[in-house]
Amino acid sequence: MFAYIVRRLLYAPLILLGVNLLTFALFFVVNTPEDMARMQLGAKRVTPEAIERWKVERGYDKPLLFNAAAAGASSLTDTIFFEKSLRMFAFDFGRADDGRDIATEIRTRMGPSLAIAVPTFILGLFVTVSFALLLVFFRGSYLDFQGVVLCVAMMSISGLFYIIGGQWLVSKVWHLVPISGYGGGLDASRFLVLPVVIGVIAGLGGSARWYRTIFLEEAGKDYVRTARAKGLSELQALFRHVLKNGMIPILTGVVVVIPSLFMGSLISESFFGIPGLGSYTIDAINAQDFPVVRAMVFIGSLLYILGLILTDLSYTLVDPRVKLE
Amino acid sequence: MIDVQPVFLWTDLLLFGLIACIVLAAWRARRSEPMRAAWRRVGESTVGMTSLTILVLFLVVGLLDSLHYRPYLPPAKDGKVTADRGPLSTEVRSALDALAEPLRSRTEKTYSAPLAYVLFAKQTIEKSDGTQQREFPRLKFGGAGLQYPEEDHTGDVLGRIGLGLALAAGAWCLLAGGLVQVVAMSRKVPFGAAWRAVWRGKGGLAWRAVLVTLGLVFLLAGPVAVLAGEYHVFGTDKVGQDVLFLTLKSIRTALVIGTLTTLVTLPLAVALGIMAGYMGGWVDDVIQYVYTVLNSIPGVLLIAAAVLMMQVVIDTHPHWFETAAERADARLLALCLILGMTSWTGLCRLLRGETLKLRELEYVQAARAFGVSTARILSRHVLPNLMHLVLIALVMDFSGLVLAEAVLSYVGIGVDPNTVSFGTMINAARMELAREPMVWWSLMSAFIFMFVLVLAANLFADVVRDAFDPRAS
Repeated sequence: MFAYIVRRLLYAPLILLGVNLLTFALFFVVNTPEDMARMQLGAKRVTPEAIERWKVERGYDKPLLFNAAAAGASSLTDTIFFEKSLRMFAFDFGRADDGRDIATEIRTRMGPSLAIAVPTFILGLFVTVSFALLLVFFRGSYLDFQGVVLCVAMMSISGLFYIIGGQWLVSKVWHLVPISGYGGGLDASRFLVLPVVIGVIAGLGGSARWYRTIFLEEAGKDYVRTARAKGLSELQALFRHVLKNGMIPILTGVVVVIPSLFMGSLISESFFGIPGLGSYTIDAINAQDFPVVRAMVFIGSLLYILGLILTDLSYTLVDPRVKLE
Repeated sequence: MIDVQPVFLWTDLLLFGLIACIVLAAWRARRSEPMRAAWRRVGESTVGMTSLTILVLFLVVGLLDSLHYRPYLPPAKDGKVTADRGPLSTEVRSALDALAEPLRSRTEKTYSAPLAYVLFAKQTIEKSDGTQQREFPRLKFGGAGLQYPEEDHTGDVLGRIGLGLALAAGAWCLLAGGLVQVVAMSRKVPFGAAWRAVWRGKGGLAWRAVLVTLGLVFLLAGPVAVLAGEYHVFGTDKVGQDVLFLTLKSIRTALVIGTLTTLVTLPLAVALGIMAGYMGGWVDDVIQYVYTVLNSIPGVLLIAAAVLMMQVVIDTHPHWFETAAERADARLLALCLILGMTSWTGLCRLLRGETLKLRELEYVQAARAFGVSTARILSRHVLPNLMHLVLIALVMDFSGLVLAEAVLSYVGIGVDPNTVSFGTMINAARMELAREPMVWWSLMSAFIFMFVLVLAANLFADVVRDAFDPRAS
């Protein structure tokens, strides 16, 4: 198993390199820095000097991959690819277009993102599993059917509707919590309740239906029937056997998103005005702040790869039958 | 007046091409018994036929909106008659625009509530005697025929609803009669027997579900259509456009995004998935590497990066596009391609796994032992056994893509701001909720239409999955 993890860890930089090459191609080859300068500077009548100044300010005046003018090793390092893409491996993300240091920005914005993403994740998992288990307890009955219909209807509603509708109902009509904003310390909870609840509700339909099929499959297996035949009540069979074994695919399925919780949630953060990484990303996309988008792509893939490795590990932890080789 | 020049936008051609492919595939599938049996299961399911009916209605609206043309402007009236018609208009219209011409052209000044005859906000109006008064101005078109709106409005609306219901009932009876006649002819039974069989849901396809669905849709659409002749049924938006018209136009965008994305997904996923699974070795390694890389980039960010870059390309080459519609269309198509590039990995992994299993089956090994070429094994023995997975994945993806469009347009990386879509409608309506009193109608109509479309697609996908998945009992 140790060898397996080492191999996976060695594979990770290779994938990150691929991600970097892809973003590099998207940002610098499809469109030359020249094009970007022209678009950023806006007007059609930009002078070549202005473009040149824009490129020098941001360090885009170097050759893309190979600098023939420089000597020795710096012919490879004094290039856009090295300066802008490979440097990210050392978590050196450079500066955003407004001159702020991206790495500092990410560190300060991580807190609010986690404050909304972690409760949504834990509460969401708890609520969906409970709901799915309830449906399985009443399986085949009218209640089960209604529950599945509810799930399909809920997953057909746009996530934007939950947010807009929730803000309107809870904040504007009932005046229970502020519409948007964020505060430090305990004051933050006031602002976090609504996004967390809405996040849980928005994700309920799809996941609960999926978990229900997993639990149903488990509940139909022979060992559960044996347990019932031994005289266990339906509740005991559900909690002792079905829940435990059904949680294996569920847990290993959700482990992959745990590291990505750092990235925050794009839409709800920007709707609720929470200064996390999600709204940072949206702002960067809207302002066409390419260095920030590149940095977020890098961090996002790093966290995803971490999630994949954690998934493999969690298999061996919760299911002793699985052996990694 | 039918003097127009047809315009073929890229998405139109691809959409009609895709429909043609589906019809062709359906024609070919008739020869295969398992496929026929699976489709019969879909046809016999009430939920399946209900959702299919709704989807077909959406599709009709979307296809009508895909027949584009450019009208000729009227000839110049400055005396000299040089030609019998003027230059081509730069505005691209569609058959739906022509059908719903009153909806398109009757724009008010600004917001007005559903079925209203006055504007939504008070304005200062100068009376004929010189005094100024703040009141709700009458609409230019909505309820313009009413002499005394305070007294007549309710009665007029109710009368139109009644007329609409009567027309809908009449149209439904005609349609139901025609349908039962067709059933009667195909089964060679008298009309009465066919009617009873259909109504009791006996034998063959679930025609009763189709008729009930159509009846409900007609009962809703009839009054709306009659009311639309005089009022703005769903109100008007900020610049006074009819919201009902915008909603109908949004359907095409949603359908294009939901279907054309498969043009990229399908070839990539099928070709690479089968290659990786069947050939193994370094081919497998390379393909796995590519999809792990693509997968590891957060979806929205990859789409954002690609869309931002595409925007630069479109902005720096304005001479490629003759009209604004063509530019918006190019952006829509590019969005489909980008969504496809980011969403083929899931299906590819699935097909790879399935091919790995199929490769070891006896009949494939026997074919290999007989010296059948790889290409022939893949096309005769492997691909047909993967088709159900492909079909299920395509139907399942549709609803997700329609929902994704709304979110992407909100983030600002969706369709062109000039393209009417559910996303742009929601995005524009977002600020209206903060107004006091609130403007809710454009948001609601976008959400309701999107909900119905996605719900129908989800239900249909479930039925298709149950019918085609061999593991399902």
